[in-house]
Amino acid sequence: MTKADIIERVYEKVGGFSKKEASEIVEAVFEVMKFSLKENKKIKISGFGNFVVRQKKERMGRNPQTGQPIVIEPRYVLSFKPSQVLKNALNSRPQ
Amino acid sequence: MTKSELIDAVASKTNVTKSRAELVVNCVFDSMTDALKDGDGIEIRGFGSFTVRQYKPYSGRNPRTGVPVHVASKRLPFFKVGKELKEMVNIVDDSDSNE
Repeated sequence: MTKADIIERVYEKVGGFSKKEASEIVEAVFEVMKFSLKENKKIKISGFGNFVVRQKKERMGRNPQTGQPIVIEPRYVLSFKPSQVLKNALNSRPQ
Repeated sequence: MTKSELIDAVASKTNVTKSRAELVVNCVFDSMTDALKDGDGIEIRGFGSFTVRQYKPYSGRNPRTGVPVHVASKRLPFFKVGKELKEMVNIVDDSDSNE
């Protein structure tokens, strides 16, 4: 599934929008989320999950090719924690 | 930011009513949930991608009591952040540093 598929579905299911409008609004959804995460503000989507920016400390790593130790700088990373509702949805049918 | 704050922000950014924005935001996450349910991955350029990972059953332990428990096989969604968003999140604002 790509963004185009999501736009198509919004166009069909929500209705009342032209394809262009549906596209603009779906783009806005992801833009707003990106802006919030850029400001290091977490996003909580009930029923789906939380996007959280976490600060990672400096640590020692290794170049896997050469085995040489290197310093991994402190950094911010984004992690997604799926909600229980989403986890249940993925496991509700026989696998 | 909660889902209702996301809805408000989308409404003001696109000049649609809050109730219309709510329908769109719900539809976006519903369609993403449906894709994952079907085992399909989702790719949002500039944001990230979601895939479904299958985990085998294993025997674990209740960390509090130490009692062994059987953990059944399960599927979990996995998010991989996109390059653009990864870089956006990691921009270090010098004005916040205490040096």
